[in-house]
Amino acid sequence: MANLPKPEELSEIDFTPPKTGWMDTPVEFKPGMFCHGSKPKSLQTVEFPNPRDWKPADADWKLPENWKEIIIEGIADRLKKYRSFRLFMDICVRCGACADKCHFFIGTGDPKNMPVLRAELIRSVYRKEFTKAGKILGKIAGGRELTLDVLKEWWYYFYQCTECRRCSVFCPYGIDQAEITIIGRELLNLLGLNIEWIAGPVANCYMKGNHLGLEPHTITSNLEYMLDDIETVTGIKINPSFNRKGAEILFVTPSGDLFADPGTYTAMGYLMLFHELGLDYTWSTYASEGGNFGFFTSNDMGKRLNSKIYAEAKRLGVKYIIGGECGHMWRVIHQYMDTWNGPADFLETPVSPITGTKFSNAKASKMIHIAEFTADLIKHGKLKLDPSRNNHLKVTFHDSCNTSRGMGILEEPRYIINSVCNNFQEMPEDTIREKTFCCGSGSGLNASEDMDLRMKGGFPRANAVKFVHDHHGVNMLANICAIDRAVLPPLMDYWVPGVGVTGVHELVANAMIMKGEKERTTDLRGEPLPGKEKKEESE
Amino acid sequence: MPNIDVKGKTIEVDEDGFLANLDDWSEDVAKYFAEVEGIDMSDQHWEVVNFLREYYNQYQIAPMIKILVKELGKKLGADKGNTKYLYELYPGGPAKQACKIAGLPKPTGCV
Repeated sequence: MANLPKPEELSEIDFTPPKTGWMDTPVEFKPGMFCHGSKPKSLQTVEFPNPRDWKPADADWKLPENWKEIIIEGIADRLKKYRSFRLFMDICVRCGACADKCHFFIGTGDPKNMPVLRAELIRSVYRKEFTKAGKILGKIAGGRELTLDVLKEWWYYFYQCTECRRCSVFCPYGIDQAEITIIGRELLNLLGLNIEWIAGPVANCYMKGNHLGLEPHTITSNLEYMLDDIETVTGIKINPSFNRKGAEILFVTPSGDLFADPGTYTAMGYLMLFHELGLDYTWSTYASEGGNFGFFTSNDMGKRLNSKIYAEAKRLGVKYIIGGECGHMWRVIHQYMDTWNGPADFLETPVSPITGTKFSNAKASKMIHIAEFTADLIKHGKLKLDPSRNNHLKVTFHDSCNTSRGMGILEEPRYIINSVCNNFQEMPEDTIREKTFCCGSGSGLNASEDMDLRMKGGFPRANAVKFVHDHHGVNMLANICAIDRAVLPPLMDYWVPGVGVTGVHELVANAMIMKGEKERTTDLRGEPLPGKEKKEESE
Repeated sequence: MPNIDVKGKTIEVDEDGFLANLDDWSEDVAKYFAEVEGIDMSDQHWEVVNFLREYYNQYQIAPMIKILVKELGKKLGADKGNTKYLYELYPGGPAKQACKIAGLPKPTGCV
């Protein structure tokens, strides 16, 4: 973040549009606002077209000669295949309701980050090539030729959209801008135009089962270290199982939880909760990724990566699947998995073995979110909790775009947090639940070379956190998404220093009184618990 | 891909200056990276780099911070088993700076 402008500079946003019309304003690649191009090795691993060394800022993108043909054919194929895409190409009336709802527009002032205009980048080509009016009248009918500059503009702006869908909440037609960005990225991938921060994890996940490329012995070793820490804090030794056939439940979480702080503390929370319940479950070192960067590449790639989860559930003979705290993973599971890789008729509708609750909402996917599972446990009084252990925290909750807008998990995490913490404070109404502001780094944009973009895109979210930090003393930002846990810490350090970031199950595990535990003096991070600070010193 | 020149040998690095091919690593390469990062390599710095390389050979990824801290503590004494010690050695962050000098690639995904 060394080259980043200071927050005072970055928050001076110029909303004056350029003097020229949008079609006549060429795209300018600004440093810090885009990611590195995909590397040939990553594309070759998944047999994607046109693997080569290329740089987005270079004039020559080393495209195949017939690149335009490939794109136009690609659009034609998708218009046939996806009714949603066809509809979204035709129905926008350009009312502008979405314009100021996008975090990237709010943070950059760039008109092409208005969702309507981002969609117009593709729509204009669609009109020119696929509608009578556009073919005959061209620009007058809103059509334009697909040129190399237009293609570059697509690339720049489809990787400046996090597919968060806040704009679609306000669209009177319900146009799903994420679907347009998804198709835009699919088309770009036909020419090998991905970013490495997505292509690398996709290749890793395809070869090794997870985005980070953690091999089986690395996964078990990482968990061992977490188990050691749990033993230090609670005195309890936990022995989870891996790849165990005949377990009742398969547990799948994003690999970030198995590698990077503060996700690792969330993973410790899962381990402690399942141990306390005596849950008959297993981890998998094969289906070792809940997230799906393939989803940020193309539908087909998303499907290929997602297929491991059901395949592993079938191989192990489990009854159903619990998934960890992840964002886009849940959009995939909730809205795509059954179509892509279902029906999972070899699994059963999830039933909590502790409460007997049947999760009929998951009867198609056979997969439940851990927040649903835990909220149900608490509701039935199955957990012994001491929320005062979290008394040093004033917590607010960031709804992840995908779990809130993508599947409606709004109450469960709040119910859990309110049960395990005494101090909870909501952010302003227009920035939470369905109207939540994106972290600014989702959909695979959480690289380090695009920090300007990330800090600008995360500005509206950070601004809302700052409000509750300044007015209510909030010092902890809870969430249920691994990308959030990775990207919100630098966002907070930049805009709202003094606010930490945590997964919800870290809070649960800190408050949970476990059978046979020793007197706890620290939380999972090794920090003294409230009231235990002095005692520690005197020891 | 850009190149760097270390003692007359041309070596490929990626956009962030990390080694493109891990086999190109040598002590000279490490010293070159350290100089770029403004770090004067002491025995303590080498201990971290050597640990990272050993770990990578076994696991094909950089260790998570928790492991790095614990293992250094075991090897070098409890006073060195903390993140503060690591940041004193590598102010740019053990994950980025020390890994770069050790010739390891950057982890990717939700990190």
